[in-house]
Amino acid sequence: MPTKTIAGVTVDVTEEGYLTNRAQWTKDIALEIAHEEGLNELSPDHWKVIEFLQKDYAERGALPSIRRINAVGGIPTKDLYSLFPGGPLKKAARIAGLPKPTSCV
Amino acid sequence: MAENPEKIKKVSIIVSRGSLDGIYPGLIMANGARMEGIDVNLFFTFFGLYAILKKYNNSIKIATVGNPAMRVPDAKGLPLPTIVGILPGMSAFATWMMKKEMDKIDIPPIPEMLAMIDDAGGNIYACKATVDMFHLTKDDFIPQVKRVLTVGEFYELSAGAQIIFT
Repeated sequence: MPTKTIAGVTVDVTEEGYLTNRAQWTKDIALEIAHEEGLNELSPDHWKVIEFLQKDYAERGALPSIRRINAVGGIPTKDLYSLFPGGPLKKAARIAGLPKPTSCV
Repeated sequence: MAENPEKIKKVSIIVSRGSLDGIYPGLIMANGARMEGIDVNLFFTFFGLYAILKKYNNSIKIATVGNPAMRVPDAKGLPLPTIVGILPGMSAFATWMMKKEMDKIDIPPIPEMLAMIDDAGGNIYACKATVDMFHLTKDDFIPQVKRVLTVGEFYELSAGAQIIFT
């Protein structure tokens, strides 16, 4: 299992840089991953997405789809794409310390 | 990982068929492309155009005739011969079954999926030849349709893209 030092902490990650141990996730780590993903900052709107992903993952054991993020999380798809340009679900999941999305939609 | 070939940046997806199984693959590929940050132009032609006709796109069906892979009641069930497939209600039943399974894995109905692709920044176009042939006007289309394109304009828009025909 590869490790990586993010925000001064050594964490377990997959080869693609997704955290594998959710207990190691911190907000500082999230911010640094966000920078790697080309985001300058994490606004309250970004956090709303991240927190919904984490909450839904904890409850259901799976990442929500973009449809579910809209319907249940109350985050319009348009907003999701503008908050995390160039691959919203993958980027948001990685920042949230969750696994890479595995569904097709 | 071995060598890293250049990533796909842009795709043009053509949907030419009007059955449920003719339309969804193109929609799923278009939405999936946007999820990967790939630019998408989605072009509907011939019977594929029914996917973007607001009066009909919520009642798209699976063909239960002439489909040798069709099985009932599910994908591992008994083969459905064409002679049985012609019975009234077969197509509606097969469509209902498949939609139920799709909903479980969060694949939206066609109108919602098109809105989702539009929200995701995908561009939706209709084919001019078909629009003329079917005597359609802008009012027949869902609002997400950007415009009607000639095949030449489609190729212009597709500069630098991979073209996928479904």
